[in-house]
Amino acid sequence: MRLTACILAAILWFAPSLAIAQDANAIVTENRAQIEKPSRQTIGPVIAALAASGDPMADDILTAWEDRRLVIRKSDQAMFIAVPEGDGFALTALDGTAAGTAVAADLTALKPNAGVRGLIATVLVQFTLSDPDPAIRAEALASIARDPTAEALEPLRASLVSEADPALKAQKERLERFLTLRFDADPAARVAAIESLGTDTSLDVRAALNPLVATKRIASLGDPPGNLARTLTPGTDLTAVEAYDILVAASLAPARLTLEDQRTALLANIVNGSVGGVPVADLDTQEARNRAYTALEVAGTVPTAATDDEVTAALAAHSFHEVYVEPDATVTSAATATLAAIDRKVAFMQAADLGLDALSLAAIFFLAAIGLAITFGVMGVINMAHGEFITMGAYTGFVVQLFIPDYTLSILVALPLAFAVTFGAGVAMERLVIRHLYKRPLETLLATFGISIALQQILKNVFGTQARPLTAPGWLDGALEFNDVVSISYIRIAIFVLALIFLAFFLYLMKRTRLGLEVRAVTQNPAMAASMGINPDRINMLTFGLGSGIAGIAGVAIGLYAKVTSEMGADYIVQSFMTVVVGGVGNVWGTLAGATMIGSLQKVIEFLNPSNTLAAQTYMILFIILFIQFRPRGIIALRGRAAGD
Amino acid sequence: MTRRSFFARNPSALIFIACLAVFTLAVTLMSEGYGAGFISTSFVKTLGKTLCLCLVALAMDLIWGYAGILSLGHMAFFALGGYMIGMWLMYARTEEIVVTALAQGGLPATPEEIQQGIATQIFGVVGSSDLPAIWSFAHSLPLQLILALAVPGLLALVFGWLAFRSRVTGVYLSILTQAMTLALALYLFQNDSGLRGNNGLSGLQNLPGLGDTAQDLVSIWFFWASALALGLGYLALSWLVSGKFGSVVRAIRDDEARVRFLGYPVEVYKLFLFTLTALIAALAGVLYYPQAGIINPAELAPIASIYLAVWVAIGGRGRLYGAVLGAAFVSLLSSLFTSGRLPDIPLGPVSLNWVDWWLVILGLSFVAVTLFAPKGIGGLFDRFQHIGSPDRKGAQLGPDDGSLQEQEAQK
Repeated sequence: MRLTACILAAILWFAPSLAIAQDANAIVTENRAQIEKPSRQTIGPVIAALAASGDPMADDILTAWEDRRLVIRKSDQAMFIAVPEGDGFALTALDGTAAGTAVAADLTALKPNAGVRGLIATVLVQFTLSDPDPAIRAEALASIARDPTAEALEPLRASLVSEADPALKAQKERLERFLTLRFDADPAARVAAIESLGTDTSLDVRAALNPLVATKRIASLGDPPGNLARTLTPGTDLTAVEAYDILVAASLAPARLTLEDQRTALLANIVNGSVGGVPVADLDTQEARNRAYTALEVAGTVPTAATDDEVTAALAAHSFHEVYVEPDATVTSAATATLAAIDRKVAFMQAADLGLDALSLAAIFFLAAIGLAITFGVMGVINMAHGEFITMGAYTGFVVQLFIPDYTLSILVALPLAFAVTFGAGVAMERLVIRHLYKRPLETLLATFGISIALQQILKNVFGTQARPLTAPGWLDGALEFNDVVSISYIRIAIFVLALIFLAFFLYLMKRTRLGLEVRAVTQNPAMAASMGINPDRINMLTFGLGSGIAGIAGVAIGLYAKVTSEMGADYIVQSFMTVVVGGVGNVWGTLAGATMIGSLQKVIEFLNPSNTLAAQTYMILFIILFIQFRPRGIIALRGRAAGD
Repeated sequence: MTRRSFFARNPSALIFIACLAVFTLAVTLMSEGYGAGFISTSFVKTLGKTLCLCLVALAMDLIWGYAGILSLGHMAFFALGGYMIGMWLMYARTEEIVVTALAQGGLPATPEEIQQGIATQIFGVVGSSDLPAIWSFAHSLPLQLILALAVPGLLALVFGWLAFRSRVTGVYLSILTQAMTLALALYLFQNDSGLRGNNGLSGLQNLPGLGDTAQDLVSIWFFWASALALGLGYLALSWLVSGKFGSVVRAIRDDEARVRFLGYPVEVYKLFLFTLTALIAALAGVLYYPQAGIINPAELAPIASIYLAVWVAIGGRGRLYGAVLGAAFVSLLSSLFTSGRLPDIPLGPVSLNWVDWWLVILGLSFVAVTLFAPKGIGGLFDRFQHIGSPDRKGAQLGPDDGSLQEQEAQK
């Protein structure tokens, strides 16, 4: 730190006297002896003079010197910059002119030690930071940000004044604060830099602050040395084993005897079929082995190992602490306070992000379930093949993309086509199978499951078991990012919008159209509806086809963000039924509420246990089973006659 | 009126037991272990496993065919029973291996070392070396056998109590049981569930202490045990459904509300049946998985329970022999078609691969059975005995449930 300041002082002092009229070559010639045998203490002014000379060659000379490529030709003792070329080296004279080639044997390379190289590097950083090319300056900044060092601080500050590009200047100022808060000599300057960050939630701010509050665990006999973070109590803050390991690592106590070591020691000391007086055949309990080992210890054949009593005594004698690696308490407390403020803000943002995730998952569940809300919720027909209709929709999208390479156009074609395909499949299924089973709901469940098994296998046979791509248009790539924490991908936004459109469509259809009126009439009382001139058969067929068709469209949407396999629909079937049942049968608002609840719940559980999405699903299903105990008819229950039974 | 004997009232039970005895004897005489060797050991195992599946199908028939509760969770109880016995099999077998290996180390092994060795052997595959708490009883066969019944039984009891208490019926109950199965399967798929995640338990065909006994003999022993369990289960269940209890159960199926108004505690009946059938399923699982040799969470995926329902439906609901016939028929046919031994059938440019298309055939024929032959295979016996259902042909006179049919209205 002080050394860097010296260099800066040297630049200021020597620059006018040494450099103004001189070129780099002349400086080198003048200080030849020092350059050949540089010492860290005295070489500073020479490097500073080179740096300040303004000669474009100075950069090359310093780079070569640092790289051990500054060479002396043995024949005439002249100095060159060498670049490896073929078997030998291409030489460049110090004034920039080419000077032929030479083999390694004819050259002596200057080998500056690590300290000198560090000095050179610092000066070189300043060169690149003040380079006329903004791209090189940006690259230099990025490399410092990646690997911040104390040496980079001074050149960075020096280059701030001359920076013309406002964007780069802002970057430099930001980086200067990061370096200041870690490396500045003056604690007050560091605290000021920390506090100037405010509640900036960027990742780089947190990355810069976190090293300041890094801690390590130490054990001590008396008062703890250093900047204390907190005192640890063995048994509560850390286990006794961990505490003893700290003691052993600090050589404050002998290592504990591991069972493996004990076994080896015993094996090595078998004499006439017994160890320490205990027959080998009896060594099948830990207690017997301990006895044998103690006998060996007494005889002095094995080293003494810490017994449990000694371990307890050693733990009691020492106190354990967590100390900051950073020695200055004002800096750590400022950093802790700033980090706490940032953490609070980040927590809010994470909650917002979680909310967005939950909404988008809810939209997916809603899309998958809304077809069921029609067939199961309105008609009361259970359709286990609903998942396969979703899959069929997704495969329709895949096939369309085989023929129409333009992704935007193909999705626009795929959506109505998927509706048509699954509408047809649904109507066929209703006419052929379900129509005959309206009075036997359990058998509808099983028959549609038979269809589901068959459809899934047919799709597998036709399209294979590997996942097929359904590519979203380019304008749906990427994500809408609010900041480092809160972001949502455009595909999920599109799915959300699609879900809203379906909700509106469904409400319009049921409440404002003739078909919706007839559907509601047939649902409530088929006999009365029939006597009013409505054909229940036709309405049932259309309703079922509609529910299936919507499943097909949902399949296209889900296929855009998940892989299309023959089993993708089956993954959604149980969740979809849960959505409808939890929300309340026969009411689209209920389905919406159910999807929102299940989506949020799953995201929250995943947030609490992020490593384990399987467990999240398990707990969610358990929750739903319990939920149905308390609201058997779902969140929004139908009342009165519409509720049926 | 004197009470006739049980078999006189239930001739089908006598016939069934006789058929089972003849079948068991025939297989024993043709096996490699004790007989002429016409039947390979692996096929004896397949037959033994089929008998276990018949037993769980009996349970399914009782809960669905007699009580009208379509449970899609009984294969979960079956697999749970298998997991419990598998824990003992795997633990005891690994213990033998570990003790042998440690004995060559110079010192006799301590209990701690054996424990550690077993844990490392069993759980190394999921990156752990500690024995989870749920393995605490795995060292003891009696304790683990009790668990094999207690765990599925308790699960069924708690789940059934929750479900029946809140009057969840019909398709809702089916979906709820399916969700339970899915939750259980997903839980077991995790590596930290303590049951080796999706690796499952393996090597179960090697019985501890019987390392020298050939699988030829072991397979026959398990076959006998399965046949015995099936026979006893059949007798017990046909006794159960033939009495007053059976009448009440069938009445619950036909009109639950009416039975409740007559003063019967419907929920208690249902809960008893649900738990009893879960226990039977678990017992079948205990016998099944040592013959299968491996168990993993895929065994209790919801689809397995659906297949169980398919077997019973194809065999014929509401009659015990129907369930056994359906399970035996479909599962044997299934293993035949998926074995890959049947030749492909060329159909012009494409060929029909049985392994690929068997599920399609099964699914569609199941739909056909549901539509056209709701009585399943058992319906053939009715036709043989000239028992027909009332002739309700003709179009319905109205779209409501239970409306008269044309021909009924003319009478």
